[in-house]
Amino acid sequence: MDTNKTTYNRRSFLKASLLSGGGMMLSVSWLSSFKAADKLEALNLPPQWSQLNAYIQITADNVVKLLCPNPEFGQNVMTSLPMILAEELDVDWKNVVVEMGHHDNTKLGPQFTGGSNSVRMYWKPLREAGAAARQMLREAAAQTWSVPVDDVTTKAGMLQHSSGKSAKYGEMATKAATLAVPKGMKLKAPKDFSIVRKSKKNVEGQKIVTGKPLFGLDYRQEGMLIAMIQHPPAFGMKLKSFDASQTLKMPGIKDVFSLKLYEDSFEQGGFDTRTFNDLLVVVGKTTWEVMNARKKLKVEWEPAGDTKDTMMGRGGKREVTVPGGLESTSAQLDKMAEYAKKSAQQLRKDGDPETAFKNAAQIIERTYNAPFLAHNCMEPMNFFAHVTEEKALLVGPLQAPGWTEPTLSKILKLPADKIEIQMTRMGGGFGRRAYGHYLTEAALISKKAKAPIKLIYTREDDMTYGIYRPMYTATYRAALDANKNLIAFHVKGGGIPEHAIHANRFPAGAVDNYLAEGWEIPSNITIGAFRAPRSNFNAAAEQSFLDEVAEAMGKDPIEFRLELLKRAKESPVGKNNEYDPDRYAGVLKLVKDKSGWNKPGNEKYHRGVAAYFCHNSYAAHVVDMVTRDGQPYVERVLSAMDCGIVINPDAATNMVQGAVVDGIGNAFYGALTHKAGAAEQSNFHNYRMIRHNEAPKQIEVHFVENDLDPTGLGEPPFPPVFGAVANALYKTTGKRHYNQPFKPVLDKRI
Amino acid sequence: MAIYNLKINGKIKQVNVDPSTPMLWVLRDHLDLPGTKYGCGIAQCGACKVHLNGVAVPSCQLPVSAVGKQAVTTIEGLSAKGDHPVQKAWLEHDVAQCGYCQAGQIMTAASLLKENPKPTDADIDAYMSGNICRCGTYLRIKEAIKSAAKEANTSSTRK
Repeated sequence: MDTNKTTYNRRSFLKASLLSGGGMMLSVSWLSSFKAADKLEALNLPPQWSQLNAYIQITADNVVKLLCPNPEFGQNVMTSLPMILAEELDVDWKNVVVEMGHHDNTKLGPQFTGGSNSVRMYWKPLREAGAAARQMLREAAAQTWSVPVDDVTTKAGMLQHSSGKSAKYGEMATKAATLAVPKGMKLKAPKDFSIVRKSKKNVEGQKIVTGKPLFGLDYRQEGMLIAMIQHPPAFGMKLKSFDASQTLKMPGIKDVFSLKLYEDSFEQGGFDTRTFNDLLVVVGKTTWEVMNARKKLKVEWEPAGDTKDTMMGRGGKREVTVPGGLESTSAQLDKMAEYAKKSAQQLRKDGDPETAFKNAAQIIERTYNAPFLAHNCMEPMNFFAHVTEEKALLVGPLQAPGWTEPTLSKILKLPADKIEIQMTRMGGGFGRRAYGHYLTEAALISKKAKAPIKLIYTREDDMTYGIYRPMYTATYRAALDANKNLIAFHVKGGGIPEHAIHANRFPAGAVDNYLAEGWEIPSNITIGAFRAPRSNFNAAAEQSFLDEVAEAMGKDPIEFRLELLKRAKESPVGKNNEYDPDRYAGVLKLVKDKSGWNKPGNEKYHRGVAAYFCHNSYAAHVVDMVTRDGQPYVERVLSAMDCGIVINPDAATNMVQGAVVDGIGNAFYGALTHKAGAAEQSNFHNYRMIRHNEAPKQIEVHFVENDLDPTGLGEPPFPPVFGAVANALYKTTGKRHYNQPFKPVLDKRI
Repeated sequence: MAIYNLKINGKIKQVNVDPSTPMLWVLRDHLDLPGTKYGCGIAQCGACKVHLNGVAVPSCQLPVSAVGKQAVTTIEGLSAKGDHPVQKAWLEHDVAQCGYCQAGQIMTAASLLKENPKPTDADIDAYMSGNICRCGTYLRIKEAIKSAAKEANTSSTRK
């Protein structure tokens, strides 16, 4: 990446310049206040991050504009980030406008949306930027009015002096832009916040409800053609030959060709994942014409056999063999059961778990399984590309343009400054759009077709392509002594092709004898980050298991967890425990209180509880289940979150409610299975998604009130939903449920 | 290919397309009305719903040849100023997350309220269950529909 690699450089923190047409522009290098990059979990962030900037502009007519660097996929970052800025800048929220920044390596950095990091990472830099800009405006007013700067106050975008002089920010912005940028600004105390912590509506709300073209699929350009790829019918297959004669006769069709996405030995980064390398492409005038003509292709596929990928990661360059063969879910389950018996990689060990298990009075052992999941973003993968020999323009939905651009630069053999990537609003992301292969495909197709094109995946293309949440299993064991004390805990997790174990998470740190192990089975089914990677399975399995252990110990599930957390706080076992026991206990206590846990008045509900820590925030849910029409139904959910300061409370509540619905849906219905390498689900008729009538009637969200720096919310509420649902299901049905999704098992029971 | 004169959002629009072309793609590719969204193409998700003579239907299953003289209304034409009671209620409840499915949800909700001005929760569930929201904004959608119903009923009483 041709960027300025400054890791913790404070020198160039803020830079002011004049706006053309008057006004000030402040560029912010916000990485200076970013904590250690290695704290970012599961995302393989580059250890040396690049310098990031965001622009703040105040025009002469008093409009405050923020160029939002991070792509928007529904986490409402286009509203929350400007709120942070506006707070310290002290402007009227009505005067703030937001635009999505285009990708710009040198000015805006990698611009990654994911890992629940946007608010967390921008919090301090944007506050400092807002405060510095406000100070410059005060200084400009002081100079203009010949008064001491300390006597100039601000109020909602106005500069004021006791003499009665006043001016709008916009009037002083041009002068302010010529002043030196102050450093070490004192920031507001949380008690003085007037914008942060006050709910603000989505800045794009009006555009959304009126159907404005916000999304990648909506983008068009004069002369643009539509392209679709015919990918192999199964994982482990590749293109052998094709006959396009019938397709080419169809109306509107311009071209059919095959091309290679990556050349042999192309060095792939962590987000260059792709499933199929030989692309068979149909290009035509309109979507419907291309869809129909593609059906007329006569294609021969052949087994891909074992293939080699060259991966570039933190450990340097390595060759990875992707196994050939046509995989099936039933065989995969058998293979997982077989691997689970073999020795695995030790991930963490405290004390002497072997001896403790040997001496145990009682051992509880349970195995949990979960399938591949498709992200199923409502807007299928798509991208616009116009690539010529000299330059490339790409427009569409993408979570990580900073990681796709270097790939594109290598493949197109164009320098980064000849590549322009514009990010549109995304119709969902959930991790799927961190993998920019579809952008690269679009670029290659445009280059070959010598035309501006938009590559569109149909729903079927999207669902059967891969890059799924991995298939997971984990066996948990707990050892109890004769007095029913928990003396040892063991988790051995596996997955295709990755396991989910977070070895340093709760209950690590709370049990004297602890062992975590992991194993993996290679596969040609591709996987990627899916909302709260790994945690989304851990929280399901571990939180169900703890419920069962509490029951065996004769303890209330919340009290049992609180006891463990007390132990983790007072005399933590081992090192590198990732969670803060107080904050973890805090969400459990809050949800206990708000749900009236064990209190009268909730007799109609079968209640399940779960809690989890991931992506720097804490979540706990109580799921209240009833039987409706003979089926278990989650009627109500009470949620407690600790993400520090809540920037935009109503939007944060929406995010948690959505995560709860998503969790219930995936716990009951989510599954992507395979037969002879082919995905068995291809669209929403056979991949069941949660619908209106299946969503709870009520989801009550409570936030722990504190003044801690904010952390993210996109992922943390999601994982423990699965565990709470499983635990409520036990209370409802009298049976423990170990295999996701739960619905097919329930249906068989009835 | 055939020429069709379609009544879209109160205006006559002419297109020359294959008779099998679904209205979804006629709107998006030929009439520059991309507010109607593609989600599944098989009438399972509701993202593409438009009004055909005031009733919400999935436009991905509506061939242009079947439209005839019937009035088609899209999200762009639901109201002149984006102030249909349902649109206003959506903003009041700040429903959207990613926003992609919301045009279809709004068109379906508007159709529901036209047929049933005072829907119960069960009515809403039944009418809206063809519309998937991957972000899970179902609770807010329901609240927004109730608000819109209330406002529409109040304003009609006033008149």
